[in-house]
Amino acid sequence: MIKAKNLTKVFDKNIVLDQISTTIHQGEVVTIIGPSGSGKSTFLRCLNLLEDSTEGQIYIKEKEITKLKTNKLEIRKNIGMVFQHFHLFPHMTVLDNVSYAPQKVKGVEKREAEAVARKLLAKVGLTDKENTYPNRLSGGQKQRVAIARALAMEPEIMLFDEPTSALDPEMVKEVLDVMKDLAKTGMTMVIVTHEMNFAKEVGDRVLFLDNGKLVEEAVPSVFFDKPTTDRAKVFLEKVL
Amino acid sequence: MNLDFSQIVPYIPFILEGIWATLKFVSVSIVIGFILGTVLSLCKITNIPVLKWVADAYTSIFRGTPLILQLMIIYYAVPQLTGYNISAFLSAVLAFGLNSAAYISEIIRGGILAIDKGQTEAAEALGVPYKPMMLNIILPQAFKNILPAMMNEFITLTKESALVSTIGYLDIMRRAQIAGADLYRNFEALLFAGLIYWVMVYILTLLGRLMERRLRQSD
Ligand SMILES: Nc1ncnc2c1ncn2[C@@H]1O[C@H](COP(=O)(O)OP(=O)(O)O)[C@@H](O)[C@H]1O
Ligand SMILES: [Mg+2]
Repeated sequence: MIKAKNLTKVFDKNIVLDQISTTIHQGEVVTIIGPSGSGKSTFLRCLNLLEDSTEGQIYIKEKEITKLKTNKLEIRKNIGMVFQHFHLFPHMTVLDNVSYAPQKVKGVEKREAEAVARKLLAKVGLTDKENTYPNRLSGGQKQRVAIARALAMEPEIMLFDEPTSALDPEMVKEVLDVMKDLAKTGMTMVIVTHEMNFAKEVGDRVLFLDNGKLVEEAVPSVFFDKPTTDRAKVFLEKVL
Repeated sequence: MNLDFSQIVPYIPFILEGIWATLKFVSVSIVIGFILGTVLSLCKITNIPVLKWVADAYTSIFRGTPLILQLMIIYYAVPQLTGYNISAFLSAVLAFGLNSAAYISEIIRGGILAIDKGQTEAAEALGVPYKPMMLNIILPQAFKNILPAMMNEFITLTKESALVSTIGYLDIMRRAQIAGADLYRNFEALLFAGLIYWVMVYILTLLGRLMERRLRQSD
């Protein structure tokens, strides 16, 4: 589904991603962990072209998207993204937040887009909030709306950048539960997270990034029990 | 010192009519300024160098020269150049509209830059093209933030509007001058004009405060 080949990103003279190669298969749930500043967000943002990579290639469904003439909007339609700080549109109701993009991007009729939005809001447990503005929602509710908003475009891939890091502890579970449900539907998911239990339980594979390098790549049981590199060991000792 | 306001009483309706004349051209000017200012602000934040350069040059010229000079050029020089006999109203609206566009473009640019970068990214990540993103997501939020600054601009324009009396546009100021000349007494008429401007600005200021309070409540 997604293939990165020697993906490299340089900011100024700072090598943020260093020759990353990996393949993510359809329906796979891959978690990315690593210290702050290791390039996790940048990697995710390269996948949906929010960031232009400096070198290397990315293929989505066998098609290279890192070519200059790629239509970025076309690629992004198929890749949903959920941010740490939600980035809901504050001047729109919850329903408008979720139904806006399908109308503007895919030309879906308003009524149909709203029907889809209502279904998604029901799925994330927010049926009663459709006429609410984002500033009236808790963090957990905001993030669930953000997930529904991304899903409304019916993407085949979902990217999550620390979706629970900005939440109060009691709200983490409601968001993770929505993501678990999503994983069960066979969605291809790439998730940057510090929730190690979630990575163990739901993830099919862990990518460990450190200093822009893909240092270790393994199934969760192996990665968490017997990390092979020192850097992963040091990191896990700190966070577990 | 002897002030005698009784003599200007017959002229009061004549001077008051100037309120409408003034408000009319200030309102049209600010609409022009707002539309052109929005376009200019979008040019300033693109990464297309030509557009940026043109918008910056425009702003620099209109902010760097006296408004009265711009007004004179449009009213006296344009007919000489083109043969088109431009009316006082059109000259006034053009000069004030083009001039305020320069100021408003800076206000809007600031308003856009103050919007969280995450809003753009969220829209981009959804595949929303530039135009609907600006129109539906960024500008509505920017406009809300800059309403107080826009109100200030409107107040400034209302005060500066007295300049158009120099090209014979029958605004409050011009009418006060005419009344003063008729009566051979300028002081009372000008004082009265001053009172009108002050009341107008005062009302606009109150409206602005009211608007700001409303906005704060909706946050
Ligand atoms: N737009 C940018 N310009 C310059 N440097 C950046 C930019 N974005 C990220 N970086 C740098 O890239 C490195 C990796 O950042 P990031 O991908 O956000 O890490 P992580 O998400 O793992 O914390 C950091 O050192 C950060 O300062
Ligand atoms: Mg990050």
